[in-house]
Amino acid sequence: MTRSVLESPVGEKPVLDKPVLERPDLDSPALLDVESITRLYGPGKGCEAIDFRLHAGEVLGIVGESGSGKSTLLRILAGLEAPDAGRVTYYPLDRSLSDHSREGELDLYGIGDARRRALLRLEWGLVHQNPRDGLRMGVSAGANIGERLMALGDRHYGQLRAAGCDWMRQVELDAERIDDAPQTFSGGMQQRLQIARTLVTRPRLVFMDEPTGGLDVSVQARLLDMLRTLVRQLGLSVVLVTHDLAVARLLSHRLLVMRQGRVVEAGLTDQILDDPQHAYSQLLVSSVLTP
Amino acid sequence: MKALLTIEKLHKDFVLHGQGGIAIKVMHDLSLELHRGECLVLAGRSGIGKSTLLKMLHGNYLAERGSIRIHFDDGLLELTDLPTHAWHRVRRDVVGYVSQFLRVVPRVSAREVVMEPLLARGAYAQDARQRAETLLARLNLPERLWSLPPGTFSGGEQQRVNIAEGFIGEHPLLLLDEPTASLDATNRDVVVEMISEAKARGCALLGICHDEDVRSRVADRLLPLDEHLMARTSSQETF
Repeated sequence: MTRSVLESPVGEKPVLDKPVLERPDLDSPALLDVESITRLYGPGKGCEAIDFRLHAGEVLGIVGESGSGKSTLLRILAGLEAPDAGRVTYYPLDRSLSDHSREGELDLYGIGDARRRALLRLEWGLVHQNPRDGLRMGVSAGANIGERLMALGDRHYGQLRAAGCDWMRQVELDAERIDDAPQTFSGGMQQRLQIARTLVTRPRLVFMDEPTGGLDVSVQARLLDMLRTLVRQLGLSVVLVTHDLAVARLLSHRLLVMRQGRVVEAGLTDQILDDPQHAYSQLLVSSVLTP
Repeated sequence: MKALLTIEKLHKDFVLHGQGGIAIKVMHDLSLELHRGECLVLAGRSGIGKSTLLKMLHGNYLAERGSIRIHFDDGLLELTDLPTHAWHRVRRDVVGYVSQFLRVVPRVSAREVVMEPLLARGAYAQDARQRAETLLARLNLPERLWSLPPGTFSGGEQQRVNIAEGFIGEHPLLLLDEPTASLDATNRDVVVEMISEAKARGCALLGICHDEDVRSRVADRLLPLDEHLMARTSSQETF
């Protein structure tokens, strides 16, 4: 019974002069749970005791200077490098991927390589800083996009080609160049092609390592805007590593600030940038040059 | 009727680690209540902490101590200890904010900036576009500007984009930071009308407004903030 009904006189129809205001549902499902992840190459090198939860639909930015351990952490999260200690739990959409003992969840480093590769193919995507690491430079743009679809069992040439053209357009590449090899593309175009190749399979979770690093500022702006739009349209969850706070502000909902392998502060992106609490976050934020 | 928003004994310090850990006390023991359909205007000189309060209500600033509660018909929400991910939905659905300055995203047109809050809720692009254009037209932003990124707009034009973006979501609680500062008389009137309509549909508004005329037309109550300065004056002596 609502408050208005309780307050209205007996026998009279409740008068709702204002619509009922309901408490919003704030629970969003967890996608990834990271517990006590440690991977050290030396004292303060690597990452140490990392804990966080990623929720569905969230873009989480990991920021910090070079050597802070953010790329190591990303490699561990993306299934590329096993941690010394700790656990990464993913909650897959495809129940056949989950652990036999626990329905609906999967221990990233408890499963075998084959199942981890299947996961990367089926539900995850990875965007490398250098497009050369994520593309096959010798084969055509269309084949680069089609390859991940083919890995999912798509064999129809016409459909693969149509998907290729469609995704070229989505990332603002000229679809006429579908038969050209990426080595004939500029750096910004290669990066957009890598994004098309990654997103064509509609992954749920995408890992991005400095996706705009090494690009000219004007090219960066275009890429950022494109990423923002795609993330919203596809409802992606993203873990993004960047040293650029402006990129983090534009793309991420939430930030982890890393220093010497540890997370020194975590919070809402605006809060970290407007009201940083930790001495290092304050230093990082106050060191940004604003034109 | 229970208030929509209750703030109790709210404190805010800024600790500057780079400056030897100086603590700047900006808010001390602030309490207030705000009801649906009401517009409360914060008064007091610049630097007294009016914007700070709005930013705490929007999650940009963390509270040191105290409580900020939003009361729904089916329960309450304490904003000071909200988990980070929950803020996304609170901002999308509950607390709207018209900031004083526009944060420009490269290449995003004025129309898209205004559509964004509806798109974030999963609205159809066509509907969002229509609502955005209606608002921009109402605020007299020339149509030729709608498809341009607002980065190069004048202060008044940017402010109208901000207002449209803040009002389009019809949040139950709306924070207004100097919404009419750079507007001419005609557009000030439009904003006054929009505030009155928001009140009529049960929206609670908390604002900062130095313009006497606008203030007298929209404010149901004024909250002078001077008394909350005591902490700062006393602590300054110890520095």
